[in-house]
Amino acid sequence: MSETPFIVLSAILFTIGCVGVLTRRNAIVVFMCVELMLNASNLALITFARVHGNLDGQVAAFFVMVVAAAEVVVGLAIIMTIFRTRRSASVDDASLLKY
Amino acid sequence: MAVPLVGSVVVALLPARLGGALTKQVAFGVSLLTLGIAAAVGAGYDVGGGFQYTEEHEWIAAFGAHYALGVDGIGLTLVLLTAILTPVVILASWDDGDAGRWGVNAFFAWMLALEGLAIGVFAATDVFLFYVLFEATLIPIYFLIGGFGGARRSYAAVKFLLYSLLGGLLMLASVIGLYVVSADSETGPTYLLSELSRMEMDQNVGRWLFLGFFIAFAIKAPMFPVHTWLPDAASEGTPGTSVLLVSILDKIGTFGMIRFCLGLFPEASQWATPVVVALAVVSVLYGALVAVGQDSIPRLIAYTSVSHFGFIVLGIFVMNTQGQTGSTLYMFNHGLSTAALFLVTGFLIRRRRSQLISDMGGVEKVAPVLAGVFLVAGLASLSLPGLSPFISEFLVLVGTFVYSWWVAVIATLGIVLAALYILVMYQRTMTGVPVPAVVGMKDLTRREISALAPLLVLIVALGFFPQPLTAIINPAVEDTLQQVGVSDPAPDVPVTAGPGEEEESH
Amino acid sequence: MPVVDPAAADGVFSLLWLVIALPALGAAVLLLGGRRTDAWGHLLGVATVAGSFVLSLVAFVGLLGRGADDRAFTQHLYTWIEAGGFRVEASLLYDPLSALFLLLITGVGALIHLYSVGYMAHDPRRRRFFAYLNLFVAAMLVLVLADDYVVLFLGWEGVGLASYLLIGFWQHKPSAAVAAKKAFVVNRVGDLGMALGIMLMFATFGSTAFAEVSRVATEATDGVLTALGLLLLLAACGKSAQVPLQSWLLDAMEGPTPVSALIHAATMVTAGVYLVVRSNFIYENAPVAQTAVVVVGAVTLLWGAVIGCAKDDIKKALAGSTMSQIGYMMLAAGLGVAGYAFAIFHLLTHGFFKANMFLGAGSVMHGMDDDVDMRHYGALQKAMPVTFLTFAMGYLAIIGFPGFSGFWSKDKIIEAGFEDNLVAGLAALLGAGITAFYMTRLMLMTFFGEKRWEKGVHPHESPKVMTVPLIVLAALSVLGGVMLLGDWIVGFLAPVVGEAEHHTPAVPPIVMTLVVVAVVAVGVATAWLLVGRREVPRTAPQRVSVFTRAARADLYGDAINEALFMRPGDRFVGDLVTFDNAGVDGAVNGTAAAFGGMSGRMRRWQNGFVRSYALSVLVGALVVLVAMLAVNLA
Repeated sequence: MSETPFIVLSAILFTIGCVGVLTRRNAIVVFMCVELMLNASNLALITFARVHGNLDGQVAAFFVMVVAAAEVVVGLAIIMTIFRTRRSASVDDASLLKY
Repeated sequence: MAVPLVGSVVVALLPARLGGALTKQVAFGVSLLTLGIAAAVGAGYDVGGGFQYTEEHEWIAAFGAHYALGVDGIGLTLVLLTAILTPVVILASWDDGDAGRWGVNAFFAWMLALEGLAIGVFAATDVFLFYVLFEATLIPIYFLIGGFGGARRSYAAVKFLLYSLLGGLLMLASVIGLYVVSADSETGPTYLLSELSRMEMDQNVGRWLFLGFFIAFAIKAPMFPVHTWLPDAASEGTPGTSVLLVSILDKIGTFGMIRFCLGLFPEASQWATPVVVALAVVSVLYGALVAVGQDSIPRLIAYTSVSHFGFIVLGIFVMNTQGQTGSTLYMFNHGLSTAALFLVTGFLIRRRRSQLISDMGGVEKVAPVLAGVFLVAGLASLSLPGLSPFISEFLVLVGTFVYSWWVAVIATLGIVLAALYILVMYQRTMTGVPVPAVVGMKDLTRREISALAPLLVLIVALGFFPQPLTAIINPAVEDTLQQVGVSDPAPDVPVTAGPGEEEESH
Repeated sequence: MPVVDPAAADGVFSLLWLVIALPALGAAVLLLGGRRTDAWGHLLGVATVAGSFVLSLVAFVGLLGRGADDRAFTQHLYTWIEAGGFRVEASLLYDPLSALFLLLITGVGALIHLYSVGYMAHDPRRRRFFAYLNLFVAAMLVLVLADDYVVLFLGWEGVGLASYLLIGFWQHKPSAAVAAKKAFVVNRVGDLGMALGIMLMFATFGSTAFAEVSRVATEATDGVLTALGLLLLLAACGKSAQVPLQSWLLDAMEGPTPVSALIHAATMVTAGVYLVVRSNFIYENAPVAQTAVVVVGAVTLLWGAVIGCAKDDIKKALAGSTMSQIGYMMLAAGLGVAGYAFAIFHLLTHGFFKANMFLGAGSVMHGMDDDVDMRHYGALQKAMPVTFLTFAMGYLAIIGFPGFSGFWSKDKIIEAGFEDNLVAGLAALLGAGITAFYMTRLMLMTFFGEKRWEKGVHPHESPKVMTVPLIVLAALSVLGGVMLLGDWIVGFLAPVVGEAEHHTPAVPPIVMTLVVVAVVAVGVATAWLLVGRREVPRTAPQRVSVFTRAARADLYGDAINEALFMRPGDRFVGDLVTFDNAGVDGAVNGTAAAFGGMSGRMRRWQNGFVRSYALSVLVGALVVLVAMLAVNLA
């Protein structure tokens, strides 16, 4: 089976995630899009691992999943806190850290 | 030598939670201990024996950097100066740290740290170590100015830091350059002064590296046109800080010129001599003239220092024994006289709560001892014969004259201007009818007198008997000049040795 | 030409250092002792100087007991400065020249110290006054005992310092403080010459000791010797208040009167003459410099005399006279071997009679409640007989009344001047006439005529402690001429300055003397006609000739200095300060401001929106990607 469809799928998922991060305002959705991008890269990693016939890519993918899990924990906690204090989950509302 | 360095830092930081009085006493004790050790080193120094008390450990092998210390006559002179001034400054600034941003402990801790680092700088015989210590001295002085100074202290501190860092970075570039050069030579990468000075170097490379070092030292010294940080720093810092800054730290600049510019790049030094001499002469006159026009006492003293540093640099680069001995002596004497001047005017300013000459008048009437000390310090600053700075200034001028008579003529104008700025200041602050604000001003206290007394005694004693210092400086100067490869020109009409003239008994 | 070639000191001469050490010790004790020494400070001050005088006298007698070729001794104390070939020994040189100065300084000094005990009795800072006076004597002794130019420079500046301190002694008076500063700064200009001269000496000869320089002086080129002579002359001009550095001396009269007598009449201001005479081995080989000395001397002797004619302040009139008399000495010193001895001779007699007159003026002021305006004096010869009589002795001496000391010394200088060239001689002769005029005017206004006293002033004779020194000095003023008996002084100084061969002058000396006396008589008569016969107005008349106005303004010396140096200097300094703040520092701060502005604009990019940050991350990633592709494909 050719690896092309997997790569294409990975690219499509990454692009969707990327566009989502840049355009959506809801922090939860942005967050989901980030996860989407991570998973797109996971898919690519695994595909290449398969193509090269070794486990390096899979190991990397596991690392990415671990990082993603940690990120979810911290990220969701931040979003929750922001929501509690500001009654909003929009990323544009939290623009205090500027010049 | 490393003992007081480490000891002072550690001991000063330890009692950080204890009361102010104890801190002061401990700090004073440590500085006295350092003075004791330095004096012992000075006493044990073998005149004419080159570098002594050397110590050498490998530090970063890949760079060829060593932890290497040792003093020759020039370094020893400055180490002694540092060791003498620090207790004096601590005693004189007894209460100056109370009002600062971080409290008494920090004030004295930084002072001691500075002393340790400065001694390290003067004793470093490894370029890399020198560079690290050179930059490290910026930290304490930055906090001393920024934490315990006047209204615009932050401005002054940042200005000082940026100036110094700029110079430091240029020097870093040269330090890296030295590594590259030495890595190519057969000795392999090294920063040891003893090995670097023997190394062959390409002419152009040497000149570029020289420039990096020289600009850094010129900023530090400070020379025209990179001097403007000094007046700000001096007028914003406490008097004690100013003393440490001008009397000790700035000496690193001129010390560095002798040790590194001349020691490592003899060819480039000679190549640059005309320009440096010109800059030095400009500094002499420019500093003096601008000093005449100042109304703020610390700024005035700062500008006089610009003028004096001009003399020092002049002496270094005229490349003869008189000039360089004079310069080294000048560093020591200028340290003493300027310290006395800064401290006594500091006491005055503290009493009057103003730095401005125009706010004073008639102080002599209410505080004669203060006025007397002020006068002696001022006269030392204008190089009155019989006080120690005269000998050094005169030697520098003699050296300059031998180098080129018209340069000496121009530089000698500086002594007229010196009389002008000091005496105008004395006249406006001390004489006349006391202005209302100084009426009731208290004379110097016992503590203040005891802080100033050692300085004045040294100024007078060395004015009449400089032999102890010249004896240790002369051989070191000869070594330096030998490294540069020049020798004194013979007089046109040498005095032929007459019967029994030269062999006078001692 | 004589070479300085001293033998090592032994016997009484090994006590030379003590001559200096005594007053130095006195100064140190009085300054450091503080108020504890107030009670007996003045006594110590007198005692130390008197002790020095005794020592000087002993040494002098010892010197007389030796052969003429065996009268120079050196005492090596220690090595002062040493750097490479530059070596300065702290040594003392005692030879006939120093010996005379030693006697003058300690002798007149001791008398003036004694006088000051009375004069300063009511000053709360009397102890300090004596400390400064002692310091001065010590420095002056260093100056004349030095055997090396650098050591001489030490004394040279030391007396300058003492002069500064003493002129400004009453420093609560702003005018005194300004005068003190002016004196020091003007002297520093002279020191410039001294310092450069010493440097040139070292560069040329490799040594600055008298002995060594004198031995090889002839071998240097003419240019170097001329330059040396001119530089030392500049130094001498500063210290001795010669034109063009004369302006400080008149202001220096702000100091207490004993100071004016000791420093600004008898000793310090003559240091310039000493320097020229001491450096005879240089001047003998530099005719151009010698001519310059003569010119300076001639100009100053007239300049000072003219100023003296117009002053109403008794001390300033005397100061003008001092300038003028030192001009005589300079002139003589510039004449070379023929004049050195007479320069020193006149210096000594002038030391006696001028100190006498200054102290007399002080005594008058003491009685007149410190009023110095002669227009408020008059008819004092009854009220203060001792002062009057002693002053009269000084007066007769200075105008050159036959038989008095000034007659011998001035006459010799005029004679020598005519022998050298006509202009110098005429200047000296004219000066003698003007001297007679202004001194007679001073006498008449002070001691004769009507009482013009301020209300409430009751002149009275001064106490014994003040009149005794006056009497001694008056005696010396009268008898000072004995030094010329059988040309003793010429022979005595010959080992140091050389001796001119004897030749018959074109005009017989007796004719010369008569001419001088005639000119003096004319001067006295003119004064009598202009001042003595008329009522002296109590305020100075305003409608006076251009010449009087010029003389009152010190011949515009200050105005010239101000227009030429001070005002442009002020402006230049002001501009330079502006330049430093705006130009140099402005460039630095400008750089900082430029960086600040740039970062101010750049921080706008930090707008706080997560999305724009994410976009910039994406763009960055793409750029990196493209760059990598480009590199890999290329």
